[in-house]
Amino acid sequence: MEKLINQFEFGLFFWQVLIFVGLILLLKKFAWKPILDAVNDREQGIKDALLSAENARKEMENLQADNLRILNEARAERDAMLKEAREMKEKMIADSKNEAQAQGQKMIEQAKAAIESEKNAAMAELKSQVSTLSLSIAEKLLKEELSNKESQTKLVEKMLGDVKLN
Amino acid sequence: MVISNRPLRFILVALVACLPVISFANSEKDAAHTQTEVAHEAAAEGHHAEPTDVKSKIKAFVNHHVLDSHDFTLTQDDETGKYYGFSLPVIIWDNGLQMFSSSKFNHGHAVAESNGNYYVINHHDGKIYKTDATGTITEDEKTGHPTNVRPLDFSITKTVVSIFAAALLMLWLFSSLAKSYTKNGGIASGVGRIFEPLVVYIRDEIAIPNIGEKHYRKYMSYLLTIFFFVLFLNIFGLTPLGINATGNLTITFSLAIITFLITNLTANKNYWGHIFWMPGVPKPMRIILAPIELLGVFIKPFSLMIRLYANIFAGHIVLMSIIGLMFIFKSWIGSSLSFGLSFVLSILEILVAFLQAYIFTMLSALYFGSAVEEHHHEEEAHH
Repeated sequence: MEKLINQFEFGLFFWQVLIFVGLILLLKKFAWKPILDAVNDREQGIKDALLSAENARKEMENLQADNLRILNEARAERDAMLKEAREMKEKMIADSKNEAQAQGQKMIEQAKAAIESEKNAAMAELKSQVSTLSLSIAEKLLKEELSNKESQTKLVEKMLGDVKLN
Repeated sequence: MVISNRPLRFILVALVACLPVISFANSEKDAAHTQTEVAHEAAAEGHHAEPTDVKSKIKAFVNHHVLDSHDFTLTQDDETGKYYGFSLPVIIWDNGLQMFSSSKFNHGHAVAESNGNYYVINHHDGKIYKTDATGTITEDEKTGHPTNVRPLDFSITKTVVSIFAAALLMLWLFSSLAKSYTKNGGIASGVGRIFEPLVVYIRDEIAIPNIGEKHYRKYMSYLLTIFFFVLFLNIFGLTPLGINATGNLTITFSLAIITFLITNLTANKNYWGHIFWMPGVPKPMRIILAPIELLGVFIKPFSLMIRLYANIFAGHIVLMSIIGLMFIFKSWIGSSLSFGLSFVLSILEILVAFLQAYIFTMLSALYFGSAVEEHHHEEEAHH
């Protein structure tokens, strides 16, 4: 112990404390503070960069999910539109078919009516023709028949006979 | 081609095992040496005779190396008495400032004179004592220590030069590292870059876990400075420059006292509460615990001081002794074994250099952490 105490040298202690405390203060100002600040900044920068990369990745995922969703929506919409168009087409075809049918029917009916009226007119014509013809035939016949008295009487009698029957 | 390192290890172990056998071989000679050595030591006590045989020369050299010195000697030639190195300024406060070059002492061989005062360097402790013109030293009969007056010695010694060099190196390294961040867009460049992982390690593995996220910032400057200061001085000590700063008790004492002061000056109410009035124990126990805890306040920095000092001091002694063995053996086998052993030990010492710097910083952080810790007594009551 005494040997240890004897080793203590005040002058050396003085220089050591002076140099060491000066060294701490100088290094603090010129080295440790800028070094630690730079290291901290760098670490913070790395952390921030990683975080922003992670955020970007998430955003990207969100974006992709969005895109997929939009794509699906668009696809669904397209399908719906196609379906609608198909339906509309079918409806249009059906409608026009019905209309055509109705029109056709109507035309047929009109034609039928026209035919009927034509037929009636023709019949009437025919009747008048036939009656005129028959009248002229009858006139001719009568003229011939009634050239002799006997046959006139006979006819009258016969006609009377017919009336009686009625 | 793969070679298992097991046979290599075996050879190494076998060689180390042979070491005592070789030294045993000239044991008789050694015994004779020991006797002469004892005689020499006895003679040295009395007349300050220079050691003459190899063993005591090495012993004197090792003892001299671990002490502080007033001149920076890199090597010396015993034959011619020539020293290679440079002198350092001696500054003494003795009835006014006395300043002169350490070359005046002529490596402890001469009496230095300044303004009519005479000074001499003692061989045993390397310290300056006041003396008269002839350089007489009176010694205490029991302890053998000189009883001459010791003036206040503010000399720029070898240790002061080395801590100053370490301080300059640190300033240059870390300020260039700091500048490189702004120049290089937040990324370190240059030499200081090697130390950036250590700075981050100290922050993440030493400061934050021990002190806590909230308070660690104000201690970072001290922790970083002490870690690199101790580390650089430990490494300096392993260079052939012959520096032994962290193995010097004064240096470790000043480092420990700064830790002590910072711990106690920044301590909160809770820290003092745990020392003088320990919560959660019965009242009589608190009275018994208070002096123990108070003692602990002083033992903590004391252990810091002794741990660093003893580790580095012992490392230097062991390493230099083993290097010294090379010159004692003076044989092919013994000397090369010593060389191998000292090489392995040097590598171990590099590990110790890092480890002791780490432990000093770690324990300092632990003490700071206990000083600013905030306890929740509600939680403690459950324990």
